[in-house]
Amino acid sequence: MRYRLLVLTAAVACVALGGCTGKNDKPGTAAEGNTIKIGHYASLSGKEATFGQQVDNGVKLAVDEINNGGGIGGKKIELITEDTQSQTQGAQNAVEKLIGKDEVSALIGEVASGRTMAAAPIAMREKTPMLTPASTREDVTKDENGNVAAYIFRICFIDPFQGTVMAKFAFESLNAKSVAVLKDNANPYSVGLAKAFVEKFKALGGTIVEEQAYEGGQNDFKAQLTAIKGKNPQAIFVPGYYTEVSLIATQARQLGITVPLLGGDGWDSPTLTQGEAKTALEGCYFSNHYSEQDTSAAVQDFIKRYKAKFNGEAPGAMSALGYDAMMIIAKIIKDSGKSDRETIRAGLAALKNYKGVTGNITIDEHHNATKPAVVLQIKDGKFAYHSTVNP
Amino acid sequence: MSTILRPYLYLAGGIALVLVLNLLVGGIGSYDQRIVVNIGINMILAVSLNLVNGFTGQFSLGHAGFMSVGAYASAAFTTMVLPAASDPMSQGLYLIVALLVGGLAAAVAGLLVGVPSLRLKGDYLAIVTLGFGEIIRVILQNVSSLGGALGLANIPRHTTFLWVFIILVFVVFVIERVIRTTYGKGFLAVRDDEIAAEAMGVNTTRYKVVAFVVGAFFAGIAGGLYAHYNSLIKPDDFGFLKSVEIVVMVILGGMGSTYGVIFAAAALTYLPEWLRSFTMFGIKFSDFRMSIYSLVLIVLMLVRPQGLFGGFSFKGRRAAAKKAPIG
Repeated sequence: MRYRLLVLTAAVACVALGGCTGKNDKPGTAAEGNTIKIGHYASLSGKEATFGQQVDNGVKLAVDEINNGGGIGGKKIELITEDTQSQTQGAQNAVEKLIGKDEVSALIGEVASGRTMAAAPIAMREKTPMLTPASTREDVTKDENGNVAAYIFRICFIDPFQGTVMAKFAFESLNAKSVAVLKDNANPYSVGLAKAFVEKFKALGGTIVEEQAYEGGQNDFKAQLTAIKGKNPQAIFVPGYYTEVSLIATQARQLGITVPLLGGDGWDSPTLTQGEAKTALEGCYFSNHYSEQDTSAAVQDFIKRYKAKFNGEAPGAMSALGYDAMMIIAKIIKDSGKSDRETIRAGLAALKNYKGVTGNITIDEHHNATKPAVVLQIKDGKFAYHSTVNP
Repeated sequence: MSTILRPYLYLAGGIALVLVLNLLVGGIGSYDQRIVVNIGINMILAVSLNLVNGFTGQFSLGHAGFMSVGAYASAAFTTMVLPAASDPMSQGLYLIVALLVGGLAAAVAGLLVGVPSLRLKGDYLAIVTLGFGEIIRVILQNVSSLGGALGLANIPRHTTFLWVFIILVFVVFVIERVIRTTYGKGFLAVRDDEIAAEAMGVNTTRYKVVAFVVGAFFAGIAGGLYAHYNSLIKPDDFGFLKSVEIVVMVILGGMGSTYGVIFAAAALTYLPEWLRSFTMFGIKFSDFRMSIYSLVLIVLMLVRPQGLFGGFSFKGRRAAAKKAPIG
């Protein structure tokens, strides 16, 4: 028994020592000066794993292209990616590591607004610019006093705009006068988008016949859907993440609800239309950042390069946004010739008319991007382009 | 004389150690500091749950629920009642007041849940506590004045290394002292054989409630520390998985061994972070660090089902835990 304890203690000591040495040899210290470190934190595992992986692919494609083209002014980009496990604390730990230990020049991340907002105070405290590719909740770029957060930027549109787009689309294009809303109460993004939609739809003169809520991670939505069915809406707005939307659509059809479901960019994932959800979601609409079917050369060329790198897998909007985010930071470093945090911050604040894959990006005084949104329709499991809505 | 003084010497020694470490901790980076503070908070949670699950032998799966009550109560108190504090002195003072509010709120919640449900045993109690944790989370998600799903943001960052570990020393001191008193033997009696204890005149329900309320109080304090460190709390942070995480720390450390539980809390908090930057034979382990984490748990439970330090207490004396039922 005593012997066993001894072995155990020795093992523990080894692990602890290993940990210490691991901490002391700072990665890339020798190469410092030859590389520019950029940190990316993403939900590579957990509930929203495909979001994180898609953005990660986009960022990696951008880094590869930059480095294969000789880097920026002779310096290569060193990308350090950290997983948040789709958890708040994971996001905070990852960002603290990237800033404090890896000493990155700039941060890219997260997709989920809730996690971006959890990590933002750390970036603000450490004065490190953070560019989120896809957090659309309005207050992501605001600090604790409601002012513009000096170091937080985004290259996507915001929920009040996205909500407006879908409210207008439902009211005008679908000619729906009564709509039900089914939101994810556990998800700040979903709550924010639902609020924006409801406000706009009522302002247009429509009625919200029913507002129901579920919780991310739930599997059964029949109670909420039955309540909605009783009110006979002409469409149902479901501003959740793809994880639950697939199930909601399938169960809605099982209950005999035939009206179209509407959603936001949280739907954008290749797994959305897998299995039964493929037929259930047929003909439904959602707003997004870009469309694969956009015929412009920039988009088609991006899709070709992306497919070449990732075995023919088609890029989603998250990949395109990740790619744009990385390319914007690279452009700022290239144009200014400097890669310190303050220069990148100033560059992001002054970004105008950047021609990205996801459209023309201009960052306004609120650190939000003014960009058009596209409405996509699901046809045969694919996201077909329907229309573009300008801000 | 010396036997009476000894526990207080331990206490003084613990505080002195924390004060010395506090001087060193200023020199490490903010990322390492965050890990250390997270470790401290998890230690408080694990040690307090150990009173319920380890010493009293009840199976509670709702510790994160009490943590969230404490976190929200103290954060709401700081942001809505207390004025802004600028100097470290008043920050510390406000933190203590807020923590007490959080702890008391959690203790009241513990009492409310404990009184009706602690007549239940084993699996049934586990289910009730699990349900409690989920109810708290769902309520918090739907109270818009507490931020709903987004949670409470902009909580002033008053928690420091010093506070976390001073409080940890006190929590360990209180629990270790209580367990060694005549009154405290009642907890162990309830665990070892409830029927025999009852036959001997031990009010088992009362002991269970006391353990539950004290455990909840300390969990509430840990929640308050967490809230004032991370500046943002969301109902999601205190879900079922967090409860399980704390239970795993207690089981892995060895039920009823404060020493073991403290070690397990440190190891399980550090392991996933350490694996982030661990490379061996040119392989980066960060990609499958969560698999390694799970694997370590499985192997340890197979090799040492009684926990790493099951059977050893602070005095290095072998306790009766070897005979104690596990799970």
